[in-house]
Amino acid sequence: MTLTSTPPVPATAAPAPVRRRTHRSRSLRGWAYASPTAVLVLVFFVVPIVLVLFMSGSDWLLLGGNRGVNLPDNYTDVLEHRMFWPSVVFTLKYTVIATVLLIGLGLGLALLVQEASRWRAFLRTVVLLPTALGLASASLLFYALYSPQVGPISPLLQRLGFADGPVTVLGTPDGALWSTVFLIVWRYSGFYMLLLLVGLQSIPGEVYEAARIDGARTWQIFRSVTLPLLRPSLALSTIMCVTGSLLAFDQFFILTKGGPDGSTMTSVLLVYNLAFESKRSLGMAAALSVIILLALVVVNAFQLRALRGSDEKEGRA
Amino acid sequence: MSAQVLSGRAARVRAAGAGAVAGGGSGLGRAFARTPYYVLTGGLAIIFLYPLIWTGVSSVSPQPGSAQTDGFGFGNYGTVADYQAGIWTYLGNSLVVSLVAVVVTLVVSTLGGYAFARFRFWGKDALFLLTLAILMVPYATLLIPLVIWLKSLHLNNTLLGVGLVLAVFQLPFATFMMRISFEAVPREIEEAALVDGCGSFAALRRILLHAVKPGLITVGLFAFLAAWNDFMVPLYLVGGDKQPLPLAMVNLRQQTMGVIDYGATQAGVVILTVPCVLLFLLLQRHYVNGFMSGALKG
Repeated sequence: MTLTSTPPVPATAAPAPVRRRTHRSRSLRGWAYASPTAVLVLVFFVVPIVLVLFMSGSDWLLLGGNRGVNLPDNYTDVLEHRMFWPSVVFTLKYTVIATVLLIGLGLGLALLVQEASRWRAFLRTVVLLPTALGLASASLLFYALYSPQVGPISPLLQRLGFADGPVTVLGTPDGALWSTVFLIVWRYSGFYMLLLLVGLQSIPGEVYEAARIDGARTWQIFRSVTLPLLRPSLALSTIMCVTGSLLAFDQFFILTKGGPDGSTMTSVLLVYNLAFESKRSLGMAAALSVIILLALVVVNAFQLRALRGSDEKEGRA
Repeated sequence: MSAQVLSGRAARVRAAGAGAVAGGGSGLGRAFARTPYYVLTGGLAIIFLYPLIWTGVSSVSPQPGSAQTDGFGFGNYGTVADYQAGIWTYLGNSLVVSLVAVVVTLVVSTLGGYAFARFRFWGKDALFLLTLAILMVPYATLLIPLVIWLKSLHLNNTLLGVGLVLAVFQLPFATFMMRISFEAVPREIEEAALVDGCGSFAALRRILLHAVKPGLITVGLFAFLAAWNDFMVPLYLVGGDKQPLPLAMVNLRQQTMGVIDYGATQAGVVILTVPCVLLFLLLQRHYVNGFMSGALKG
């Protein structure tokens, strides 16, 4: 304790014995402060990662426990599972739809509420409000909203003449997909609006002024000034949105349970299904979750590289 | 529909007023030019508010197949209150899980953020990157081994286990946030305290904590919302009387064979949502700050 009463000395100063001792003590103290983080990360992150790799190579049942190494059976079983490729295709399809809609709408909303006024502040709050809800609560909310018994959607469709009787919106593969997409757009638009709003506000006003003086029209300004300068924010939003959508679980678990007929089974939903419902094999679930982790790493490395690559191109131009 | 028209008209009146103040004869023309904007944004506001209002109203409205069949009242809330172990058990579970997650996240990320911002030590950058790497790993990849691993730690089917796991999932954001909060505090403040004979911990407790308060509120708010609302972690790790509210509400829906009590579901959604909406409205500034620091990352 007494050692720290010496004020910390810049590293550039000449070394002296006392100071070196101080330095070592500060280093120890730094570790002491960081140790809770290190313990939590080790116990609840590093150990599980090692364990999941081990489990993915073992015949490990939910109830029977570990029955020895069986590498690579879990991986081949997962790759040959009849739901594996359909779930991959559906997850990718959902990711593309959700990302395009969320980034597009987020950008549109950000542009709409950009300037300061009381009405726009109200709009911002309203759009942000759903982001405070849990995804599970929001999914339950829409589950009731979409129900033919109590929800307003079915009577509305009948009134408009699109249907003769009660409509189960979640009853068809397309209906289930788009209903879930609507829920996600409702829940997350505000989040991406805010991210992009921060980006918009970091563009200096002089740039717009200069463009206007040069005679650029609104659309030209948007295309040649706003979009390029917004690229870092757009890239961050896209990476977050792609990652989140690839790992979609709660919304499909609660709204569709992967149905109808497994048409909305995402990869992460299949992990749960393999572990607790169909196979009750933690080994297979572990193998699939490792595959998902690797896919995610590859997708994100690719996204970051695309981002950096276009940075360089722009730098040279 | 009428609300759209209303907001449109209000907008026209205001815009016309502004035009008149500006002294231009073009006020009316500008007002008409702005009308589509207010119709569009008014419509958007309705779309975003409608599901929330609909749920609130329906939960107290008469519906067939629920506890509230005629007249308005709180019958559905009665169903939720009496569901299996009783609402107080599930609410209590949610509170315990949230409390554990918030306290652990705040303490660990404050100490860690201080260490990363102010000290140099062996393995510092590696530990920081490893903490951020938690973001890159899917929940499911960690939850499958945690089902087994928590058993070895004697934390299986416990609220403490769920709270700790949720705290770990919050660590990347929280550590990052606290690190930049500490880095933003001028070193001189801390050095003055050290010269006055404070140890580094006393300096942290007496002086720095006040300086990083906004960061603490943001981290605490996000940890609470994440823990209170989380569904997937308890789904994998606990069951029976240990379920937090969101999990219990999803199971309540599926309780009776094929027949779904939508009234009770809506009441459950309202109970889950009200604390979040209140916190959001009270702490909106901190909520927005949290996202802004997220955007700075890129």
